[in-house]
Amino acid sequence: MVFESLADRLQNAFSNLRGKGKLNEKDVKEAMREVKLALLEADVNYKVVKDFVKTVTDRAIGEDVLKSLTPGQQVIKIVNEELTNLMGKTQSKIEYASQSPTILMMAGLQGAGKTTTCGKLGHLLKKAGKRPLLVACDIYRPAAIKQLQVVGEKLDLPVFTMGDKVSPVDIAKASIEHAKKYNNDLVILDTAGRLHIDETLMAELIDIKAAVDPKEILLVLDAMTGQDAVNVAEHFNTQLEINGVILTKLDGDTRGGAALSVRSVTGKPIKFVGMGEKLTDLEEFYPDRMASRILGMGDVLSLIEKAQENFDEEKAKKLEGKMKNMTFDLEDFLDQLEQLQNMGPLSDILGMLPGMNNKAMKGLEVNDKDLVRTKAIIQSMTPGERQNPDIINASRKKRIAKGCGMEVFEVNKLLKQFEQSKKMMKQFGQMEKKMKKGGGGFKFPFM
Amino acid sequence: MAISFFSKLKEGLNKTRKGITDKIDDLFNNYGEIDDELFDELEEILIMADVGMSTSMKLIEKLREELKVRKIKDSSEIKAVFKDVVKMILNENNNVPFAVGDEPTIIMVIGVNGVGKTTSIGKIAHSLKSEGKKVLIAAGDTFRAAAIDQLMIWGERVGVGVIHQSEGSDPAAVIFDAVQAAKARKVDVLICDTAGRLHNKVNLMNELAKVFRVIEREYPEAKKEVLLVLDATTGQNAVQQAKVFNEAAEISGIVLTKLDGTAKGGVVLAINSELNIPVKLIGVGEGIEDLQRFDAHDFVEALLN
Repeated sequence: MVFESLADRLQNAFSNLRGKGKLNEKDVKEAMREVKLALLEADVNYKVVKDFVKTVTDRAIGEDVLKSLTPGQQVIKIVNEELTNLMGKTQSKIEYASQSPTILMMAGLQGAGKTTTCGKLGHLLKKAGKRPLLVACDIYRPAAIKQLQVVGEKLDLPVFTMGDKVSPVDIAKASIEHAKKYNNDLVILDTAGRLHIDETLMAELIDIKAAVDPKEILLVLDAMTGQDAVNVAEHFNTQLEINGVILTKLDGDTRGGAALSVRSVTGKPIKFVGMGEKLTDLEEFYPDRMASRILGMGDVLSLIEKAQENFDEEKAKKLEGKMKNMTFDLEDFLDQLEQLQNMGPLSDILGMLPGMNNKAMKGLEVNDKDLVRTKAIIQSMTPGERQNPDIINASRKKRIAKGCGMEVFEVNKLLKQFEQSKKMMKQFGQMEKKMKKGGGGFKFPFM
Repeated sequence: MAISFFSKLKEGLNKTRKGITDKIDDLFNNYGEIDDELFDELEEILIMADVGMSTSMKLIEKLREELKVRKIKDSSEIKAVFKDVVKMILNENNNVPFAVGDEPTIIMVIGVNGVGKTTSIGKIAHSLKSEGKKVLIAAGDTFRAAAIDQLMIWGERVGVGVIHQSEGSDPAAVIFDAVQAAKARKVDVLICDTAGRLHNKVNLMNELAKVFRVIEREYPEAKKEVLLVLDATTGQNAVQQAKVFNEAAEISGIVLTKLDGTAKGGVVLAINSELNIPVKLIGVGEGIEDLQRFDAHDFVEALLN
C-alpha cells in the first residue's frame, strides 16, 4: 500500500462515485485526503502538504471538476500542475561570475554526497567548456581529501589541497589565487558535512563565504530526507543564503517529497539531481518529472529522452520497414538488444515506467544477465541461421548451445520468444492501420 | 556511570527532544478534555517526526484503547500512557541490547550511501575493544573513493587492525581474506564494512548476497550479526530500505545515526512495528563514544521527559 500511486488511489476513491451524476464538496474532500496521504508518504513536509491541499481544493472546487466525466483524472491533473508550479517553472542553470573565476560552494549535512557531487558537477561543467578546480575544504572527515583527489583523478580534474592542518577559510582563499595562476575559470569548494544546528561549523561556512564571496552556494541534499528537510534547508538558507539545491541519490526508489518541501520553504530552485553511482550521473532538474515522481506516476519523459539518446535513428527506420513487411530476423533482434543495453540497467529503465513501482517489479525478473545470455546464443549462430531461423534443426541447436556454453533448451526458449515477438509485431502492425483509419492515437495523460 | 550515560543520551537527543517534547507537552498540558481533535493534532506531531502515516494511526489506536482501559479523561494524564504505548511498540520484538558474547562473532554493516557506515564501524570497534575484545575490521567498501583510507584512519585511531585490498577489488575476496585472518589471529569480533548501495540496485544487492555466502561458507561456527545503518534524517524510504536489505540478509538490528540533529528518527517506530526489526545502537554525536546501545525505556524517557 505504501507505494501505491496517487493515480490509483484517486481512481479508487472516485470509482465508487461513478454514475452518481454530480459530486459534492464532500467527495472532493475525500479525494483531497488521498492527495494528502500520498504526499505524506512521499515525505513532503506536513505543513507544506496542508498549504498545498488547500490550494488544490480551492482550484478543484472552482473549476468544473465535478461535472467532468473523469473527476479522478481531472484532480490528478490539477495536482500535477500545481506541484509543477510549486517546484519552479523551468530548470535552472549555474550562473557564472562576470569576472573569472566563478566560485561555487557546496554545503550540506554529513553523507548527503557533497564530495561526489563536486566531482560530478565539475565534470558536467567541464563538458560545457569550463576549466574547473576542485578544492578540498573538508579537513575533518578522515580521508575526505583523499576522496576528492581520487574523484578528481578519475575525472581528470585538478584538485587543490593544503592538508588537514590549515583552516578551511585559508584553503578557500589560497585556492582562488591558485585558480587565477593556473587559469581555472571555475572553482568548486567541497566543504565538510555539518549539522545545520552546529553553530561553530556553520560559522565556518559564513567565514568562507565572507572571505571568497562565492557566486553560488549550493545546498546538497539527500533525496531520501524526511520531514526534517524543511529544518535543514531553512537553517542553511537563513545563515548562508543559498542559491540553489542539488538533490542526490534520486536513483533510489524514494519518491523524493523533500524536493517539494525544500523548494517551498526556501523558494530556491533545485538545479541538478544525482542519478547514479557513476561520476557522470548528474542531470538537470525537471520540475514536471519530479512532480510525477512524487505522485508515483513514473518518469515517462526521462524514459523517452533516454531512448532518443541511445537509439540510432537510421537503424530504427530500417527496423520499422522490416517490421512492416515481416522480414524481421534474429540479426535485428540482436541489434535491438544491444540498443536496449546501451540505455543502462534494465531495472532503471523499468523503474521509470508509471505503475512500475517496487510491488510490480517484484514479480518481474529484471536481470541484465538474461540479456547477455540471449545475446550470446544469437552470436553463436551463423549469419544464415540468424537471417532464417527456420533452418535451425536439432543438430544445429546442439552446436549453438555448445558455442555459447548453454543448454539446448535455452536455445529453444530463445527461438520461441523470437517467434512470439514476431507475432506481436504483426498485431501491432494491424493496430497501427486501424488507428490511422480512426485518426486517433495513443493518448497518455500529461503528454 | 549509569547516570552519566543517561544524561549524555539526554543531551545528545536535546535537539530531537526539543521539537517533539515541547509540542507534545503543549498539546497534553493545555488541552483539557480529550476529543478527536486532540488525536488529530497528535497525529500531526507524529508525522512531523517521520513516524509515518500507518504507524501513527496504529500508535493512536493503541493510545485510545489504553486511555479507555485506564479510564483517563483529562489530557494532562495522557503523556504517561503515551510513553507506555511507544515503549510497547519498541519492545514488541523483545529487543535484546547489542552485545557480543564469548563465541567468535562477525558483524556485517550494511546500508545505503552516506548513512555513516564507516564511522559507525570505527565507533563500534572502539566500544568493543574497550570491553576487552580482540577486534578486526575488514575494508569491504572497495567502491567509494578513499573509503579504505577512511577506515584505516579509524583503525589507527582505535588501535584495531584493518584487512584491506586495493580500491576496485572484489569485496567478497576482501571478506574472504578477512575471515581467514580472523581465524588465524583468533579475534573475537570481525567487523565488515560494505559499500553503500541503494537497495533498488539488483546487481549490488546480489553482490552483497555473495559476500554473505562467503562468510557463511568460510566461518559457519561464528555468530553473525547484520546491522543495517539508517540515517535519522531519512523519511519513509527507510522502511523500504529495511525491507529490501532484509531480503538479502536477515537484519539482526538497526544502527540509527545522526540523531543529534533536529530529525526525530521516528521512522524506526515504523520499522519496529511493520518489520519487527529492533534498534540496537544510536548515534547521538560526533565523538568516538557517541554511539550508544539502544534501550527502549531509556530512549523514551530521554525523549519525552
